[in-house]
Amino acid sequence: MPSLVRANAALLIGVALMWPLGAALPAVLNAYYLQIIVYIGINIILAVSLNLINGVTGQFSLGHAGFMAIGAYASAAVTMFAWPSGLPGGLWAALLAGGAAAAVAGLIIGIPTLRLRGDYLAIATLGFGEIIRVVIVNTESVGGARGLFGIPSLASFASVYACALICVVLLWRLVYSPKGIPLAAIREDEMAAAAMGIDTTRLKILAFMTGSFWAGVAGGLFAHFIGYIHTNSFTFLKSIEIVTMVVLGGMGSFSGAILAAIALTVLPELLRFGAEYRMIIYSILLIVMMLTRPRGLLGNREITTWLSSKLATAR
Amino acid sequence: MDQFLQQLVNGLTWGSIYALIALGYTMVYGVLRLINFAHGDVYMVGAMCAFYFAHWLGFAAGPSLVGFAVVMFLSMTACAALGALIEMVAYRPLRHQPRLSMLITAIGVSMLLEFGGQRVFGPDPKFFPQLIESRSLLAGGGVVLTNIDVLVIGVSLALMIGLRWIVLKTRIGMALRAVSFSYDTSALMGINVNTVLTCTFMLGSALAAAAGTMVGLRNPKIDPLMGLVPGIKAFVAAVLGGIGNFPGAVAGGLLMGLTETFVAAYLSSTYRDAVAFVILIGVLLVKPAGLFGKPVVEKV
Repeated sequence: MPSLVRANAALLIGVALMWPLGAALPAVLNAYYLQIIVYIGINIILAVSLNLINGVTGQFSLGHAGFMAIGAYASAAVTMFAWPSGLPGGLWAALLAGGAAAAVAGLIIGIPTLRLRGDYLAIATLGFGEIIRVVIVNTESVGGARGLFGIPSLASFASVYACALICVVLLWRLVYSPKGIPLAAIREDEMAAAAMGIDTTRLKILAFMTGSFWAGVAGGLFAHFIGYIHTNSFTFLKSIEIVTMVVLGGMGSFSGAILAAIALTVLPELLRFGAEYRMIIYSILLIVMMLTRPRGLLGNREITTWLSSKLATAR
Repeated sequence: MDQFLQQLVNGLTWGSIYALIALGYTMVYGVLRLINFAHGDVYMVGAMCAFYFAHWLGFAAGPSLVGFAVVMFLSMTACAALGALIEMVAYRPLRHQPRLSMLITAIGVSMLLEFGGQRVFGPDPKFFPQLIESRSLLAGGGVVLTNIDVLVIGVSLALMIGLRWIVLKTRIGMALRAVSFSYDTSALMGINVNTVLTCTFMLGSALAAAAGTMVGLRNPKIDPLMGLVPGIKAFVAAVLGGIGNFPGAVAGGLLMGLTETFVAAYLSSTYRDAVAFVILIGVLLVKPAGLFGKPVVEKV
């Protein structure tokens, strides 16, 4: 146990630093900027977790928003109906419950659909995302078509970025450790990977569950930040937005996914001066970015390797 | 029984619309392996073009079959040009790049058409002019079969037969089949792949425009976001039938339309959208290549 603490000391200190940072930020930034920064954090979790499924393992999923929805509703149900009010730790219990619910859903959905390849998998996951949404709309106990009101606003800058940091560090370690190599092997050639003795089904499902877990956590943070959730926030357009972040960043690149999550969250806000032309400019920029950097902003490299190669050539 | 027949008529009408859109998805997928997300929005542009042509040419005032034919033809031509333009600008430069980057430009084009449409056409729904006076052909027995239903099904059928003729009997159709069989080999055999791809997009977009015009006749409320849901459903229909397969797209479209209307009529209208996907997943689990798709044998 002490060795576990020592190995994670930097991470723990980083997480702990988020609270003083979160307390200091309102002094320099107004609520509008703060809100955008929190959205960036949530989108980073979503993009990085989909990157594990889509970019690293190569399983094209279009249902990420569905898992986010499960996490949002499950965690909101915990703080609203289950956790005694006044008792601290409600947010963390809720986030764990939301993540776990999403992971279980990922398991149930993953077992049958991960047999499918490529675009068929994409459409099956899209279908499950929509089914999840329709089922929630028809469930009156969580608000149904009216949406769920009155979720306690427990999430803040600190908790969102603490989660984002933990998510990025844990998934980075997973992918760039010996355990991550079989995942990349599945992406490159599933049949060759299976021939090398990799249990492809098990690993695909594990990657899918891990990604879904973090999507659920992101959903929980989202619910507890804005305090009101509606299934309209989790349509397949949201899934497409997350896929866009992964592809624009560069498939398999964590830093790329983070950069793209920041860019695609900030861009619509920066374009507010354009009023009704805002989304038109946004979509043109998206096309132009993809045409100029067809392999994504960073390709499949990380920003660290990209920088060091730049420095090497500069010398 | 009356209700059953009525829903059958509704389902077949919607099914033919889905089938026309699904054909466009399946053709593009066959040659490019691309989910053309912008296709549903081309269908919207088709409906909008028909709306404006009908007003400019004065056919909105006096309903006539000729007016409908002219409007539909013009809208199909306009959308064919749009399809060719989209292919050249957004997809051609990325043809030798990872497949997913083309998917993102497809999403970009789709958003551009939707938000651009809201700007150009206005975000509020428009009322499509009555190009043809709706008459009931079968008044008796509680079943309403209008001339518009018959027209939609008939025109769709004619377009499908026309497409089949193009694909099977013409030079460009043969080239299209060759490219969808093997992109590289057909290029080596001297087929101008660029021309074939442009033609594929033109054909698919023209079919979508026809679908848009006919939807305008039947459900006169059209708006810039109307392509979103039918687009996704038509794509699902194409996958259901086995993507890349023409009869499969038609069968998938009809199946989709029929299931949806029957579920909405007999079970619950709120579950309508989910049931289509449940069927899709069920079919994919049993036949992973779709109803008519051939299982792909992977060679190592």
